Amino acid sequence: MSNAPAIVAAQTPTQRTPLAVLSVVRTHRRVAAAAALLAILFLVALLAPIISPHDPLAVSADNAYLPPLRPGHLLGTDELGRDLFSRVLWGARVSLPVAFVAVGVGLVGGGLIGLVSGYAGGIADLLLMRVVDALLAFPGLILAIGIVAALGPGLRNAMIAIGIVAIPAYARLVRGVVLQLKHQDFIIATRSIGASPLRIVLKHLIPNLLNPIIVQISLSAGFAILAEATLSFLGLGAQVPTPDWGQMINVGGAFLVNDPWLAIVPGAAISIAVFSFNLLGDALRDALDPRLRG
Amino acid sequence: MTAYVLRRLLLMAPVAFLVTVGVFMLIHLSPGDPALIILGEDRSPQAIAAIHQQLGLDKPLYVQYAIWVNHLVHGDWGRSITTHEPVAQAIVERLPATLELGIVALVWSLLVAIPLGTIAAVRRGSLTDQLATGFTVAGVSIPNFFIGIVLIFLMSVTLRWFPFGGYVPFTTDPLESLRHVLLPAIALGTAGAAINMRFTRSSMIEVLNQDFVRTARAKGAGGRRVVFIHALKNALIPVVTIVGLQIGGVIEGAVVTETVFTWPGVGRLAVESIFNRDYTVVQGIVLVAAFSYMVANLLVDLAYAWLDPRISYA
Repeated sequence: MSNAPAIVAAQTPTQRTPLAVLSVVRTHRRVAAAAALLAILFLVALLAPIISPHDPLAVSADNAYLPPLRPGHLLGTDELGRDLFSRVLWGARVSLPVAFVAVGVGLVGGGLIGLVSGYAGGIADLLLMRVVDALLAFPGLILAIGIVAALGPGLRNAMIAIGIVAIPAYARLVRGVVLQLKHQDFIIATRSIGASPLRIVLKHLIPNLLNPIIVQISLSAGFAILAEATLSFLGLGAQVPTPDWGQMINVGGAFLVNDPWLAIVPGAAISIAVFSFNLLGDALRDALDPRLRG
Repeated sequence: MTAYVLRRLLLMAPVAFLVTVGVFMLIHLSPGDPALIILGEDRSPQAIAAIHQQLGLDKPLYVQYAIWVNHLVHGDWGRSITTHEPVAQAIVERLPATLELGIVALVWSLLVAIPLGTIAAVRRGSLTDQLATGFTVAGVSIPNFFIGIVLIFLMSVTLRWFPFGGYVPFTTDPLESLRHVLLPAIALGTAGAAINMRFTRSSMIEVLNQDFVRTARAKGAGGRRVVFIHALKNALIPVVTIVGLQIGGVIEGAVVTETVFTWPGVGRLAVESIFNRDYTVVQGIVLVAAFSYMVANLLVDLAYAWLDPRISYA
């Protein structure tokens, strides 16, 4: 008992692991490249109102179906004469927030389930994990489609649906790490010196969860963008005239014979965004997992 | 092994119960009254009450659930609100097209994944390996509907090598059927190919470092023989698991691919039903998708335990 604080102090470095994520950006080229791609993506989303040359909703019938590289219209115009470049830039302002809200729903919902399940154990763990198993029994996109079908099409419901789909991954991840941590000496010692469960969770468990969670956030943000684009492509997410990438492909697909860029440009935008998140998640996982280090 | 199978089945029971509750609640979460969708313009209170009574909507929720499950296990999945066709029949009629698409997509994904994954593992760290790794990340990042659209543009519209859309049953004309199914199958199977390649590569790297491979090499077996005869067979065990899950999740990918290629399968039926607010059909398809995924999970676990004797049955 007397040496408990010493054990806690000895374990303190474990709490500094969040820095590992930042340090790998400097030391791993793939992580740095992915982070740079994402930084550009965020800048585009942030600066879209300033850098986009036209109003993404401004209809101009005289300028319809202009091919790319026309003066004033870098990527051409769509069937209503709207500037495609501006719409793609503004599309980032739709996709990224949707992805982050969905990831937030998954993180908070799944994280809480995982924390309670892993830390409390017993009947709470048994019941919560069966609910998670039931959610996992649905293929992700089918569950999202089912929820959107029930709640009604629209971006808000798409965000909720994608967030619910993300819950099991976070719940399992957090539970797994908490189960590992709660039997470690520094947690046992912290508990033995009288720390409350809330303090243990906030001060000791959550900081140690950050690394795996950051990897998961990156991967599930990629999934969320893909899922949102898919739902919007099917007509279940963003609705016209919102400049949403998936919805733009849906409309552009009808003009594939003569104006393929209407579908190809937003498709490339989705692919780059999802690729950037997947690359970051993948590179971070490789960099942070000692078993995968070369 | 029998005890393991029984234990796995027992573990599946509560999950299956929760899945049915979830699918049942889908209809009850839906905004609006199903009776109003069925009745259309004729919305007299008497007609609404009659529909409620007919569908059992006037009963408590748990009673409705019990009745619904009872009907399900007796093969009565309800009728489509729009076409009045039995839901089970509507799904079964469209299942062959989806399965055909799923099988060709799987074959395509394995044809790409196994050779590429093996080469990437054997030449670990080389440019080929880095390109293959890039393909795995790109393969899961490009939406399958976008791959489909690009394929249609290149192969159907520009080169005119493949027809766009349409379905010819394999039993009617195998060659024509293959021409129609190839593009949607590539669109559907590319993400799977990327995932399978990654699994093949990492599993192969692990197997190539094992003692029996070193022994085979020490005994003078040639490089190709070691890789393809000794190592590959063992390396494919983890791939079996992920392929099993892909088979179980075929409806998921088909939803989008079938919409792009106007393929008359279960996925397209799901999308059409959502827009028609045909909740009974959506409910049936979600249930089939979830249960096929669960059964695939179970079979994968059993296959894995059978293939790898180190897995504990306890």
